[in-house]
This record gives sequence, C-alpha cells and structure tokens, in this order.
Amino acid sequence: MEDIRSLLRGDAAHDRIVPPTGYTVRLTLFSAAAMAFLAVFALALSLAADRLADRWSDALAKGATLRISAAPEELDAQVAAAMAVLDTTPGVASARVLSDDEQRALLEPWFGPDLPIETLRVPQLIAVSETDEGFDAGGLRLRLSAEVPGAVLDDHARWRKPLLAAAGGLRWLGWIALVLIMGATAAMVTLAANAALAANAQIIAVLRLVGATDAYIAAAFVRRFTLRALGGAAAGTLVGMIAVTLMPDTGDTGGVLTGLGFRGFDWIWPLVVPVLAAAVAFFATKSAAKRVLEDLA
Amino acid sequence: MIEFENVAYSYGGGELLSDISMQLVPGSFHFLTGPSGSGKTTLLKLCYGALIPTAGHLRIFGEDVAMLGRDDVAMARRKIGVVHQDCQFLDHLSVLDNVALPLQVSDQDTAEAMADIGELMSWVGLTNRAHALPPELSGGERQRAALARAVIMSPDVILADEPTGNVDWEMSQRLLRLLIELNRMGKTVMIATHDLGLIRAAKSQVQARVLRISNRRLQLAGADL
Ligand SMILES: Nc1ncnc2c1ncn2[C@@H]1O[C@H](COP(=O)(O)OP(=O)(O)O)[C@@H](O)[C@H]1O
Ligand SMILES: [Mg+2]
Repeated sequence: MEDIRSLLRGDAAHDRIVPPTGYTVRLTLFSAAAMAFLAVFALALSLAADRLADRWSDALAKGATLRISAAPEELDAQVAAAMAVLDTTPGVASARVLSDDEQRALLEPWFGPDLPIETLRVPQLIAVSETDEGFDAGGLRLRLSAEVPGAVLDDHARWRKPLLAAAGGLRWLGWIALVLIMGATAAMVTLAANAALAANAQIIAVLRLVGATDAYIAAAFVRRFTLRALGGAAAGTLVGMIAVTLMPDTGDTGGVLTGLGFRGFDWIWPLVVPVLAAAVAFFATKSAAKRVLEDLA
Repeated sequence: MIEFENVAYSYGGGELLSDISMQLVPGSFHFLTGPSGSGKTTLLKLCYGALIPTAGHLRIFGEDVAMLGRDDVAMARRKIGVVHQDCQFLDHLSVLDNVALPLQVSDQDTAEAMADIGELMSWVGLTNRAHALPPELSGGERQRAALARAVIMSPDVILADEPTGNVDWEMSQRLLRLLIELNRMGKTVMIATHDLGLIRAAKSQVQARVLRISNRRLQLAGADL
C-alpha cells in the first residue's frame, strides 16, 4: 500500500507535480460537500428511526389493556369475570384493575382535571402484562367474548407492529440512501479524476520521460482527489450537523420528523462521513488512474 | 548496451524504419541524421522504450524491450537521460524543480542530491534562472535546462533530439561542448540532428560515428560530411 503511505507522509513535492488548478478539483470539493451534507441527513434519519423503533418496542412491550364497558350494575361482575379469565390465561404475568384516580389521570389531557369520573359511564380498564412468551391474543379474545361480553382486548402489539415495520423501513431507507450517496460520490470522483488525468496527459508524458512509474503518477492524483474529497466532505458534514442541530426537536413525544437530532454517542456517526468520502475518492481515483495510465501507454 | 537487431517500426501510415541493426556501445558518441520526417525522433524513442519495435529485437541494457513491463521501462529511463525534441517541462514548476524531477520521481531527492543541483545548474549556466518558470526561458536556456535534467541521475546513456533545434550558432556550440564533456566522462551520447554544420564542428573535437536514415534504413555516413 505504497499509495496510502505516500498519502499519509504528506509529500508536498509529490503533490505539486499535478498542477493545482482546474475545475475538476472544485467539482470534487463541491460534490463531496453536497454528498456529505445529504449523508448526514440520511444518517440522522436512520438513527431517528432506530430510536423510534426502540422506544415503541420497549415502552409498549409486554403490554395490553382490557377495556370493559357495561351498565354500572353489571360492571363489577364483568370485571371479576374478566380477572378470572386472565388468571387462567397462560402468558399473562399479572392483571390489575386501574383505580379511578389512574383512569382520571389518563383522561385528564382530554377532559381537564375536574372530570367527575364516578358519574360518567367510563369503561373500566384492566392493565395486563405479559410474560416473555406472551399470550395468545386470538384465544383470549374468544374466551372473553363468551364469558365477558363487554370486554375489548386492546393488544398494543396490534398497532405497534405496523409502526415498528414503518420504523424499520425508514431505517432501511436511510441506509440505502447512504449507499446511493457513496455510489454517486464514487461516480463523480471517477468522472473528475478521469477528466483531470486526460487534461494532464502532457504532464504524465513528462513524468514518464524522466522515469516515473505508474504507481508514482497515480499516487499524485490519488492524493490530490482524496484530500479534496476529505476536505469537501468535512465541510459538508459540518454544515449538515449544524442543520440537524437547528431542526426543531420536540423531544420524545415527537415522531421521526421532529426527532431528527443526534443524541449522545450518535454524534460519532457523522464524523465517519468525511473518512468514508475520502476512502471512496481514494479507490475511485486509483482505479481511474490505473485505467487512464494503461490507455496512455 | 542498446542493441538493434533487424528492428523495424511501422505505424498506421506504413513502415517508417526497416531492418535497423546497430549498437550503442558504452562510451561511444553517435550522430543520427537524416531529412526531417525520416524517423530520427522515432529511432530515439525506440532507444528509450517509448516505442516498441514492430519487428526484430531491441535490447536495452541486455533486456528485450518487448519483454519489459511499464515499471521496467521506468527503471531503464532512469539510466537513460533524454533531451526531448521540445524539451517537455512541467510548466507550473520552477526550472530547478524541473531539473530535480528525475530525482523526485525515483525517490532520490535527498538533501545531498539536492545540494548537488546547484553545481549542475552552474555547469549549464542557469544558476540565475533556477527559479524562473520554463515558459519564461529562451530557446537556449530551455535546451540547457533539459540537458541538466537529462544528466541529473548520472545516466549511462544520453539521447538528445535536436538539442540545437532553435538556438543560435554560439549556443549550439556551447551545448555541443557540454555533450562532448559528458562523453569524456564516459557517457554514451547520441545526438539526433539535421544540422550538418554541428556534425562537422564536432568532428574535430570527438571521435563520432555518424548514422544516417535514408529510405527507412540506417547507413553509416561516409566522408561526405
Ligand atoms: N505513431 C505514429 N503515428 C502517426 N505518424 C507517425 C507515428 N510515428 C511517426 N510518425 C510519422 O513519421 C514521420 C517520422 O517522424 P520523426 O521520427 O519525428 O522524424 P524526424 O524526427 O526525423 O523528423 C513523421 O512524419 C511522423 O508524423
Ligand atoms: Mg524529430
């Protein structure tokens, strides 16, 4: 890996053999910056989707609610019947009848604190927690419909699953976007490197005349483009990170769109973007140089 | 050390050189002459591996060029100093950097080697032009800079293509003296030129063989020069 060593050694004289001017350099800088900016957003999207999925699967895991609506005089009997059913259902860890205060707390956001809950026909809620194996929701529903006609089983997993699937989809979308961005970066660097190599055919001829090997000539171009991609991507990443920071964040209640920020160690990830861009530029230029130098021989 | 054995070179336009056999033995001094377009530059390019014969065998330092990879050719170039027909510099680098280029590309640009460049620059009389850019040089200065670059690696062979192409008589004599000096140091020298006056001027100073390309073939020029 002579070219990696030359890259790190920072041989300024080696760098200078390729003229510093030319639109290819600016093209590389700009596209690396733009791609890095987009990559930061794709990353933020992926991480936010990850967090969302985690939250949904953790907070709501192993939970279900039984809602019992019945005439006031029948309610206690139905609750007792439901508790009896739950007691004998495999997979149910515990079941607890919510107190009036707890029910009021749940309704407060909608009806205010002074709700006279005793006088309303509010369904009675029973919080059910599952064991690790979980219970068979279909079977439980069948038994409840026979023994407790006013009961509705609200199995959280039912609406959680599509949400989890959506979060997973979003995460994939983020990763696919990252891969596409890397591919587009590689394509643009390849085009720019090809153009630079073609524009410098005369310089390559002079270098060959004085005994330069292909590896030496290629390394000069690889160095040039790798450093430009690194610089451009670093700038794009910085701007992207600032933009992500400035996105309004409503905290945990928000969805994907409002929870786009990086949290804690997530801040490490965008820092990988410039390194990745440099690596992409390194290999793209290396293969472009190899091809062009063969053609010019 | 450079040996042609029934070498031919053709390109799309037909055969340019036919049945060339010759040797550049160490320490020899050759002129290569012939009308413009007769193939002098092509023959020099064959000598330093820039072109590959289309027939016959050409050995450079004992190796058949047809067998050499591009890296091998690059290594051979480090032992063959070339003054190209139109000099060929990197125009964005100073004259000094251009002269040092062979050292740089072969990773021999050590402090000692770089210190010796000053001496070389004064030998070709370019000390005060060291930091100029090549496009700022006159014809004679370009040729001398190209010569300095050609000899910086202490090559065994020096090939000069029309080194006096666009310089006045005085300057061409100066360049000739430099090349003769190199030959006296034991270097093999070959000069391609259509300038018969230069050849005549050299004959009194050096034992030179004059080869002429005529009708695609190489002949030893006789007493008519
Ligand atoms: N690869 C090639 N393609 C096209 N033309 C060529 C090629 N090689 C040589 N020639 C032609 O062959 C002729 C000889 O060229 P050259 O070796 O430069 O002659 P000289 O140096 O004696 O003037 C020129 O007319 C040149 O255009
Ligand atoms: Mg010529």
